[in-house]
Amino acid sequence: MFDALADRLESAWKKLRGQDKISHANIQEALREVRRALLEADVNLQVVKDFIADVETKAQGAEVLSGVRPDQQFIKVVYDELVEVMGETNVPLAQADAAPTIVLMAGLQGTGKTTATAKLALHLRKQDLSCLMVATDVYRPAAIDQLVTLGKQIDVPVFEMGSNADPVEIAREGVEQAKAQGVDTVIIDTAGRLQIDQDMMAELIRVKEAVQPHETLLVVDAMTGQEAANLTRTFHEQVGITGAILTKLDGDSRGGAALSVRRISGQPIKFVGVGEKVEALQPFYPDRMASRILGMGDVLTLVEKA
Amino acid sequence: GKTRRNIVNQLKSIVGQGPLNQAAVMEIEALLLQADVGVEATDYIIEALQNQIKQAALPPDAAIAYLKKILRDMLDRPLQNCSPIFVPEKDRLNIWLITGVNGAGKTTTIGKLAHIAQKSGYNCLIGAADTFRAAAVEQVKVWGARSNVEVIANPGKNTDPAAVVFDAIAAAQARNTELLLVDTAGRLQNKKNLMDELSKIRRIVDKKASDARVESLLVLDATLGQNGLRQAEVFAQAAQLSGVVLTKLDGTAKGGVALAVVQQLNLPIRFIGAGEGIEDLRPFSSYEFVEALIGT
Ligand SMILES: Nc1nc2c(ncn2[C@@H]2O[C@H](COP(=O)(O)OP(=O)(O)OP(=O)(O)O)[C@@H](O)[C@H]2O)c(=O)[nH]1
Ligand SMILES: Nc1nc2c(ncn2[C@@H]2O[C@H](COP(=O)(O)OP(=O)(O)OP(=O)(O)O)[C@@H](O)[C@H]2O)c(=O)[nH]1
Ligand SMILES: [Mg+2]
Ligand SMILES: [Mg+2]
Repeated sequence: MFDALADRLESAWKKLRGQDKISHANIQEALREVRRALLEADVNLQVVKDFIADVETKAQGAEVLSGVRPDQQFIKVVYDELVEVMGETNVPLAQADAAPTIVLMAGLQGTGKTTATAKLALHLRKQDLSCLMVATDVYRPAAIDQLVTLGKQIDVPVFEMGSNADPVEIAREGVEQAKAQGVDTVIIDTAGRLQIDQDMMAELIRVKEAVQPHETLLVVDAMTGQEAANLTRTFHEQVGITGAILTKLDGDSRGGAALSVRRISGQPIKFVGVGEKVEALQPFYPDRMASRILGMGDVLTLVEKA
Repeated sequence: GKTRRNIVNQLKSIVGQGPLNQAAVMEIEALLLQADVGVEATDYIIEALQNQIKQAALPPDAAIAYLKKILRDMLDRPLQNCSPIFVPEKDRLNIWLITGVNGAGKTTTIGKLAHIAQKSGYNCLIGAADTFRAAAVEQVKVWGARSNVEVIANPGKNTDPAAVVFDAIAAAQARNTELLLVDTAGRLQNKKNLMDELSKIRRIVDKKASDARVESLLVLDATLGQNGLRQAEVFAQAAQLSGVVLTKLDGTAKGGVALAVVQQLNLPIRFIGAGEGIEDLRPFSSYEFVEALIGT
C-alpha cells in the first residue's frame, strides 16, 4: 500500500538531477513527501508540522557528503532527526532505591494494559525479581479474572479485592501487601479510560497520589491515529507519565503514534508489545521504530556505508 | 482537539464572507487529516470540493454544507444495494459474526446487541468463540447474563473456536433462535494462521447454517489510524464482511478512517458504539457522523 519513502524521495529528486546540494528551493518537494509519509504512518498533523520544520532547518545545514546523492543524504537527515526525537537509546524501567518499585499502568480502553501488566511481570520474574500484580479494574466484566488467569500462567500472584471495592483502596492495600511481603516490584493494572472522562481521570489521579508510583506507564496501541497526541497530552498533564508501552506492534501498522507520544510527553517509550502471549514484550529501540515509521530499511545501511 | 474553533468561524477568519481561497481549503484539509480520514481519502474529498469551487465561488457556510454532502454521499453509497434498515429477520435464524483486531470492542458490542435484540423480542443466543484470550468466555458470559441471553461456550481451554461455532449453531437450530451472535477472538490481520482460522469459522457458518441469514461485521475502533483500512481489506476476504461497527465514538477521536473503509470496500457502517454501558450502541446515521466529524 505504501511506497517506501525512499522511492518517493528518489523520484522527487530526479527532477533535480545535477543539483548536488540541498537548498531551500530544491528541498520543498522532498519535504512534502516526508509529510505525506508521516501522515500515512499516523503521526499527528501538528507533530508532523513541527518535525518537518526541524528537518528543513537541519537539512539545509547538512554538509555535502561526497559519493552520497542528495536524496539519500536527505533521508539520513530525516531518519536521524526521527531517532533523535524518539530518544536515541532504550530507557529501562525505573527501579526504586528501596523495594518495592511501584509501577502504575494507564491508558484508553482495550490498548493492552492488562496484558502488558502480565508481560512486564514475567519480564521481571525472568530477571529474578519478585512481582505482585494488583487488579483495580472493577468496571470491565471479568477484568479481574483476566489478570488472575494471566497470573497463573506466569506464576505471579495477583492482589484483588473483588469488583465491589474502591480502586484507590485496592491499589493502596496491594502496595501495602507488596511491602509486607518484601516483593521487588508491584504493578498496578487499571481500568481503561477516555482522557475526557473526568471522573475516571480523577480516580486515576487519586490512585497515583495514594501509591506514589516510581513509574507511570501510558499504554498506547500502535494502531492509534491522530488521537495519540490528544490522549498523551491529557494523560501527561493530568496524571503525569514517566514512560509508555507501545502495544500490538506485531501488526502491520506503521506506528506513527510512537512519534506523537514521545514528542508530546517528552517521556520515553520503554517497551513494545509484539503479540498476545505473555512472552511477547521487547525493549523499545528508537532506531527500529524510526525505520518502521518511514517504511524503509536498506537505504539507511547504504548511507551509513557511504 | 476540543479547543479548535468551529470550522465555519475558522474559514470566516480567513476569507470573511468571501469565496474560499487556498488557505481556507488547507484548513479543511487539516480538519480531515486530524480526523484520521487519511491522505488519500482527504485528497479525494478536497478535489471534489475544489471542482465545486471552480464552478461557483463558495463562501464558508456553503462550502461546509457542500463538504458535508460529499461526506454523507460517501457514507451512504453502500446502502444503494442493500437495506438501509438493519435488523434481524423475524422467525428465522440470523447469524451475526463479530470480528476485528484485538481490543476493538467486539465482546462489548455483542453484549449491547444481545440487549437490544432481547428488548425487541428476538429469541437470542451468544456463541463464545474466543477460546484464546484470558477470561474472554467469562467476560461474554457476564454480558449475556446482563440481558438474560444464554451463552454457548466450551469449558475446555484453547479449544477449536470453529467447534464452538458448530455447537452454537446446533443449539440455535434446536431452540428456534432468531439471532445468534458469534464473538470471535481479536486477531491482527497480518497473522495468516489466525485469519485462516476465521475463514474456517465463516465456512462452518455457511455450511452448517446454509439457510440462515448471515451478517459478518467488522468492529473498528474510532481511535484507529490508517491501519483500519488494511484491517477492512483483509477481514473482508477472510470473513466475507457485510458491514462495519464503529466503536468508542464517545471519545474525541472522530473515526475518520471509516470513511476510507466505506469508500474503498463499499461496506456500510451499521452501528456505532458510544460508551461502555449496555445501552451505548446506536444505529449508524451518516448525518450524525458527519456533523460530529466536521464539528460545527
Ligand atoms: N497482537 C497483540 N495483541 C495484544 C497485544 N497486547 C495486548 N493484546 C490484545 O489486545 C486485547 C486487549 O488487551 P487487554 O490487555 O485486555 O487491554 P486493556 O488495556 O487491559 O483493556 P481494558 O482493560 O478493557 O481497557 C487482547 O485481545 C490482548 O490479547 C500485543 O502486543 N499484540
Ligand atoms: N469508551 C468506550 N469503550 C468501549 C466501547 N466499546 C468497548 N469499549 C471498551 O473497550 C475495551 C475492549 O472491549 P472488548 O469488548 O473487550 O473488546 P474486544 O474486541 O472483544 O477485545 P478482544 O476480545 O480482547 O480482542 C473494554 O474496556 C470495553 O469496555 C465504546 O463504545 N466506548
Ligand atoms: Mg484491562
Ligand atoms: Mg472479546
